[in-house]
Amino acid sequence: MLNSKIPEGPLENKWSSYQTKSQLINPANKKKLNVIVVGSGLAGAGAAATLAELGYDVTCFCYQDSARRAHSVAAQGGINAAKNYQHDGDSVWRMFHDTLKGGDFRSREANVYRLAELSAPLIDHYVQQGVPFAREYGGVLANRSFGGVQVQRTFYARGQTGQQLLLAAYSQLYKMKRAQKVAMFPRHEMLDLVVIDGKAKGIIARDLITGQLKRFAADSVVLATGGYSRVFRLSTLAIGCNGSAIWKAHKRGAYFAAPSFTQVHPTALPQTSEAQSKLTLMSESLRNDGRIWVPKKKDDDRRANAIPEEERDYYLERRYPSFGNLAPRDIASRAAKERIDAGYGVGPFKNAVYLDFKHAVERFGIQTIQDRYGNLFKMYKKITGVDAYQEPMQISPAAHFSMGGLWVDYELMTTIPGLYAIGECNFSDHGANRLGANSLLQASIDGYFVLPNTINNYLADELKEDHPTTDHPEFDKAQKEVEQQITKLLTVRGDKTVDHFHRELGKVMWQECAMSRNKEGLGNAISKIKEIRDAFWNEVNVTGGQQEMNTELEKALRLADFLELGLLMCTDAFQREESCGAHFREEYQTDEGEAMRNDKTHAYVSAWAYDNGNFQLHKEPLVFENVQPTVRSYK
Amino acid sequence: MKIVFKIWRQVNSKSQGGFETYEVDGLTEDMSFLEALDYLNERLVQRNEKVIAYEYDCREGICGQCGVFINGRAHGPHDNITTCQLHMRSFKDGETVVVEPWRAAAFPVIKDLVVDRSAFDRIIEQGGYISARTGTAAEANAILVGKEVVDRAMDAAACIGCGACVATCKNASAALFTAAKINHLNSLPQGKPEASNRVLEMTRQMELEGFGSCTFTGACEVECPEEIPMINIAEMNARRVKAKWLGK
Repeated sequence: MLNSKIPEGPLENKWSSYQTKSQLINPANKKKLNVIVVGSGLAGAGAAATLAELGYDVTCFCYQDSARRAHSVAAQGGINAAKNYQHDGDSVWRMFHDTLKGGDFRSREANVYRLAELSAPLIDHYVQQGVPFAREYGGVLANRSFGGVQVQRTFYARGQTGQQLLLAAYSQLYKMKRAQKVAMFPRHEMLDLVVIDGKAKGIIARDLITGQLKRFAADSVVLATGGYSRVFRLSTLAIGCNGSAIWKAHKRGAYFAAPSFTQVHPTALPQTSEAQSKLTLMSESLRNDGRIWVPKKKDDDRRANAIPEEERDYYLERRYPSFGNLAPRDIASRAAKERIDAGYGVGPFKNAVYLDFKHAVERFGIQTIQDRYGNLFKMYKKITGVDAYQEPMQISPAAHFSMGGLWVDYELMTTIPGLYAIGECNFSDHGANRLGANSLLQASIDGYFVLPNTINNYLADELKEDHPTTDHPEFDKAQKEVEQQITKLLTVRGDKTVDHFHRELGKVMWQECAMSRNKEGLGNAISKIKEIRDAFWNEVNVTGGQQEMNTELEKALRLADFLELGLLMCTDAFQREESCGAHFREEYQTDEGEAMRNDKTHAYVSAWAYDNGNFQLHKEPLVFENVQPTVRSYK
Repeated sequence: MKIVFKIWRQVNSKSQGGFETYEVDGLTEDMSFLEALDYLNERLVQRNEKVIAYEYDCREGICGQCGVFINGRAHGPHDNITTCQLHMRSFKDGETVVVEPWRAAAFPVIKDLVVDRSAFDRIIEQGGYISARTGTAAEANAILVGKEVVDRAMDAAACIGCGACVATCKNASAALFTAAKINHLNSLPQGKPEASNRVLEMTRQMELEGFGSCTFTGACEVECPEEIPMINIAEMNARRVKAKWLGK
C-alpha cells in the first residue's frame, strides 16, 4: 500500500506542522552523512548547494561538461510566484487552485499547496542570488501572464529565465565546491542504483572521458535527472536528456507514476526533415502578445501577410473566448493538432500554425515587442531565416515536459527508502498537465526548500547505521550487470545505427502516445515497441570501445532504457480509460471534442512496479478535501 | 548537397591529432551543422568506423556546450551565433569545410573536437556568486533595482560560457567571459558587498588558468553568441584597478 505521508491538519498548516515534527540532525553529525545528487539542473544544483550549506557531505554528478549546461538552462518564459505584486487578486490559494485545475485534478492537494506556498520566498531567494529579473522603471519586479491563468504572476529575465536561475544555482553550487563541501563529477553518467538491504546506498557511474565504471557509496541518493521526453526522439529537450537514472531506479524497485503524462508544447518550431534532431521551443510567453491562427480555407497557398483578416481563423480565441491565446498547453496543442489534421496546417509540410505579432506591433510599437521578446525573435531568425516582426512565426506542437516520473511521497522519497526524486524526474505537483512557468518553480522548490527539510527525517536514523562501502557485494553485482549490458551492446555488431532505432521508436510514440491516444493504437504501439526493442538488441551497431569517450555507446545505453520506458508509457496510457489533461483518449471526449474525465473510477495516481519485464499497477487514490474537482473549462 | 569535411581527429589528450577528410553526400540545406555531423557519424557507423566526438546538448543556442572552429572561425561563418544555430544553407554545394576544436592552452583537447573548458568553472568558483545561504533572503521588492541597471546586468549575465571568445582571441584571453560574470554581479546592489574580492579573485584565477591577456582586438565580441560587447572588459579592468588601489 502506498503511503503518501501527507501530514494531518488543515491544508495551510501541513508544511509547517510537518517541519515541526520531523527529526533534526545536529551540525556536527551532518558532515558524517554523505548524499549523492545525480543531476545538476535547477533541482539538483539547488539541492546539492543547500544540503552542503546545511553541512552534509555532498557528491554531485552531471553528464554535461559543466553543471551550467543542464537543460533547465533552456526554459525561457519565466517562473510563477504568488506575490500579488500586480494587485490583481492573486494569492497562494488562487495559485494552488490554478495549478490543481491546470493539472486536471490528478495531483495531490497537499503537494500543490506547498508549491504555491513556497513560491514567494523562492523569488526572494533568487533576487538575493543576483538573478537579473525584469524590473519596472521604479525598480520593482515586473510580471507577465502565462497560459491557464488570469493573473500576472510570472517573473522573468527576458526570454532566458531558466538560464539565469540555473546560473544562480550553479554559482551557489560552485561556491560550496570551493568550500569543499561538494565534490563535483561532471561528465559522469549514472548507470545503476545500488540498493543494500532495501535502502538506496550508492550508484555506479561511467566516466564519460575514460569509460571507466566507478562506484560511489552514500547514505542517501537523490535523483534530479530531469524529463524523459526524448523518448519521442523529436522533442524540445536537449539531445543528452535521458531517462536512464530513473529507469534503473525503477528496475531496482522504485515505482514509476503516471509515466504517460507527457506535455506537448504548442509553440515549437515544426519538423522540416527526417534528419532533424530537435524541435526548438519558442516560449509560451509569446502567446501573451502573439495571436494564433490558420487560414479559413484549406490548403491556402498564399503568404501569411496576403491573407486578409476576415479569412483568418483565430481558433483559440474562437473556441476558448475567456482564455483565448493563453489557453493551457494541452488544450492549445490539441486545438492546433485538430486544425492541422483537418487540413488547415501551414508551411511546406502543412504541419504548422501561425503565431502572429502584427497586432501587437501595431498596438505597442516594435520597441516594446523587442524589449519583451527580442532574443526569441532573434533566435527564430537564426534558425529559420525569417523576420517575425514582418511576418508571422510558424509553430507546431512538440513533446516537451514529463509530468510523470518516479512516484514520491510528501517528503519526495520514492518507494525505495533513502532514494529521493526531485524536479521533473518525479511525479508530484503537475498532475496530468503542467502550467507554464511552473516547471522552474517546482524544480527549485524541490531542490532548495523541500528536500533539504525532509531528507533529515530519514538521515537522522541512518546516522545510527553502518555507513556503506563500495566493496559491498551489491556494488559488485550492480557493476557486473552494467558491464554485461555494455559488452552486449558493443558485441551485437549489426548493421543499423542507434539513431535508426530511436527514430523508429519516436514515430510510434508520437503517433500513438502523444496528443491523442486510443485503445487500439496503444495496443499496436506496445507490440511495435517490443519489435523495435528486439531488433535493436539484434541489429544495432555501436562502434568504438568501452574504455574511451564513446558518444555512440552513450546514445545506445540511453536508447536501451527508452525502449523499455516507452513500453511502460503506452501501458499506462492504455489502462487509463478516461481523458485528463495531456492524456486525451479519443474514446472519452465530449461532442465538442473536449476531454472527459472520470473521477468516479480514475481519481488516482497510477504507480507502476517493475517485475521482471512486466509492470504491475498500484493506485494511490486522490482525495480532494479542499477543492471540489470540476469540469476543467477555459471557454 | 555535398560537403567535403576536413575534421580534426585526436584519440585523447595525450595523442597527436590530425585532419581526416570525409566526403558527405545527401545533406540538405535546412540541416543544422550539427545534424550534418550526426549524419556523417551514422555513415561512419555503417562503415564500422569510430564516430567523431563533438559536443552539443540543447541545440537551441543556450547551453553553450557546442562549439567548434569552422573554416577558421568560432561557430562558423556568421557573427554572434552558436554552432547548433548554424545551418548548411550557409555553405555552397561541394564546398570544403574545415572543422577544428577550440584552440587554447587552457582548453586542452579531450578527443577529436571535444575540449576541456573546466577552467571556466574554476573562474566562477573564485567568486562568481553571491555568498548568501538559502533561506536567508529578505522580501524581493525590498531591493529596488532600476530598469537600466538590471538591463545592463542582464546583458552581461546572458553569457552562455561557450568559450568562443577564448577560441577566437589571438591571445586566448578569457577576459570577456570573466568580465561578463563580474559585471553582472558587481553592477547589482546584491553583488556590492563582495564586489572587490570578486573582481580580484576571479581575474587572478583567470590568469592562473593560463588564458592570455586582452589586447582589445575586439575579436571576441564578433563571435559572442550573446553579443556581449568588449566594453565589459574595460569595465572589469576599471573595477580591478579600483579594487587593487583603493581596496573597494
